[in-house]
Amino acid sequence: MRVKKRLISIGLNALAWLLSLVVLIPFVVIVLNSFKSDAEAKVLKLTLPEKFIFENYKIVYEQGHLGGSFFNSLLHSTASSLLLVFVVAFSAFTLSRNYSKLSKFLYFFLILGITLPLNYIPLMEVMKSLGMINSHVGMILLYTAMGIPISLFITYAFVSNIPKELDEAAIMDGCNGIKLFLRIIVPLLTSVLVTVFVLNFLSVWNEFTAPLYMLNTVEMWPMTLAVYNFFGQFSAQWNLVSADIVLTSLPVLIVFLIGQKYIVGGLTSGAVKG
Amino acid sequence: MNVNKIYPWYFSSGAIVLYLLFIVAPALLGIYYSFTDWNSYSSEKNFIGLEHFRTILAGDPTYLLFIKNTVLFTLITSIAKTVLGLFLALLLVSGVKAANLHRMIIFSPQVLSFLIVGLVFKSLLDPNNGFVNVTLRSLGLDVLAQNWLGSLTWAMPSIMAVDTWKGMGYIMVLFIAGLLAIPRDYYEAASIDGAGFWQKLFRITIPMLMPTITIATVLNITYGLRVFDAVYVLTNGGPGNATDVINTAVYSSFAKGYWGIGSALSTILFVIMAIISFFIIRLMNRKVEY
Repeated sequence: MRVKKRLISIGLNALAWLLSLVVLIPFVVIVLNSFKSDAEAKVLKLTLPEKFIFENYKIVYEQGHLGGSFFNSLLHSTASSLLLVFVVAFSAFTLSRNYSKLSKFLYFFLILGITLPLNYIPLMEVMKSLGMINSHVGMILLYTAMGIPISLFITYAFVSNIPKELDEAAIMDGCNGIKLFLRIIVPLLTSVLVTVFVLNFLSVWNEFTAPLYMLNTVEMWPMTLAVYNFFGQFSAQWNLVSADIVLTSLPVLIVFLIGQKYIVGGLTSGAVKG
Repeated sequence: MNVNKIYPWYFSSGAIVLYLLFIVAPALLGIYYSFTDWNSYSSEKNFIGLEHFRTILAGDPTYLLFIKNTVLFTLITSIAKTVLGLFLALLLVSGVKAANLHRMIIFSPQVLSFLIVGLVFKSLLDPNNGFVNVTLRSLGLDVLAQNWLGSLTWAMPSIMAVDTWKGMGYIMVLFIAGLLAIPRDYYEAASIDGAGFWQKLFRITIPMLMPTITIATVLNITYGLRVFDAVYVLTNGGPGNATDVINTAVYSSFAKGYWGIGSALSTILFVIMAIISFFIIRLMNRKVEY
C-alpha cells in the first residue's frame, strides 16, 4: 500500500513537470534562438547557441521602433488605468450604495459590456467625429471605456461587502457624500483598485485589435503593432524575431511577477463564491 | 436621511459618459449601418433593409462558413479548456511538490498578448524549419510532420490547440480556487463510507464545482465567439477562407471598404452575444448577492 502511494506521488509529480514543460518549451526555444546567429537560427532547435550574440537585441531595438512604441504602450496603459480607477471607484460606490431602481439599472447596463463585442467600424466613425483618430487622448479614453464593465463588476461586489454601518457612523460625525467616499471608502478599496489597475494595464498593453483599426501612423503604434510589423519585415530572420518577442514580453512578465496576487485575485473574483 | 443626497447616482456620470460614447453609440450606429450599402466607393449611405443579412445567411455560403468556424472554434476550445483546466487543477491540489511554481508557469501565457503567443507558434509551427516538425523528424516521425498552419486539414485544429494552450491556465486557476473552497469533511465522510477516487470526483467534486464550471463556460464562450487576434496572427483566415471567423471577416470587409456588410456581420455577432449575455448577467447577479 505504501509503495503504491509512493509510486502514485512520483507519477503525479512527473506529470506536473511534463505539463509545465509543455508550456515552458516554446518560450525556451525562442529565448535560445534570440542569442543565435542568423545562420544558426535558420532551424528552430532546442540547442544552446554556439556563441551568445547580444547584438541581436541592439538591432531589434534600433530597427523595430521599440523605443517610441514602448513609450506609447506605457502612456496608454498607465493613463487609461489611472483614469479607470478614478471613474470606477466613484461609480461602484454610488451604484452599489444607492438602492434605487435607476442605479440598479445603470449597474446592469454598464456591466453588460463585459460580454458585448465592440463594433470597430462604427467606433471609427465615432472617434473620427470626435477628432480622436490617431490621438493619444482618444486611445486613452477608448481603453478606459473598454475597461469599465469588468472593473465595475469586480469593484461593485467589493463595495457591497463594506458594512453600511461605517457610512452611518461617518454621516453622524458630519461627513457628506464626497467626504465619506474619499476618507472612508477609498482607503478600504485600495486593494481592489490596485487589482483593477494591474488588470487593465495588462489588457491595454496586450491590445492589438483597437490599435489595428484606430492607429495608422508608425509614431502612434504601441508595442503590439510594432512587433507585428517587425515580424512582417524580418520573418526570415528568426534570431531577430525571437529577440523582438523576448524584449516585448519582458515588461508584461515583470508586471505579472509583481502583481501576481492582484491578477489572480481579480480574475477569480466572482467565480469562487457560490 | 436622504440616500440620494449621500449617494448621488451622478457620481457615476464619468463612467456612463465614456461607456455611452465608446461602447453604446458604436453598437447602435453599427446596427444602423448594417441596413445600408455604405462602402468606400461612394459617400452615400443608402438604406437597403435586410439585404446584407440575406446575403450572409442565405446568399453567399462563405459567410456561413465564417459563422460555422466561429461556433466550432468556440465549442471545441471551451470544452478543451474546461476539461484540461479541471484536470490541471485536480493535479495541482493533489499534493504535488512546487504546486505554486507549476501554477505560475501554466498560467503565464495568459498574461501575454495573443500577438506574442501567435508569433511564437507561427515560428514553432513553420513547416520546414519550425521546432515542432524539426523535433518530429529528428525522432524519425517524419509522417507526423505537417504543414500545420497552411493545410486545410490542420490549420483550424492548430489554432484551436494554440488557443487552448494559452487559455487553459486561466481556467485552471479558477478551478483551483473552486476546489480549495470545498470543505474537506465531505471527502473524509465519503472515505469512511468507502468511496473511491472516481466516486468522490463525480459525487462530490464536480457537483460542488458547478458554479465555477458555469463561470468558466461563460468566459470560454464569450471569448471564443469574439476571437480575432488568434486567427489573424496565426493564419489571417487562410488557407483560402478555411480559418476565417466572424471577426476576421469583419476586419477584411472593413479593409476592402465594404463597411455595410462588415457592420451586418458584427450585428449578427452582437445579437448572438446579447442573447447569451442576458443569461450571463442573470447568473452574475445571483453571485453578487452572496
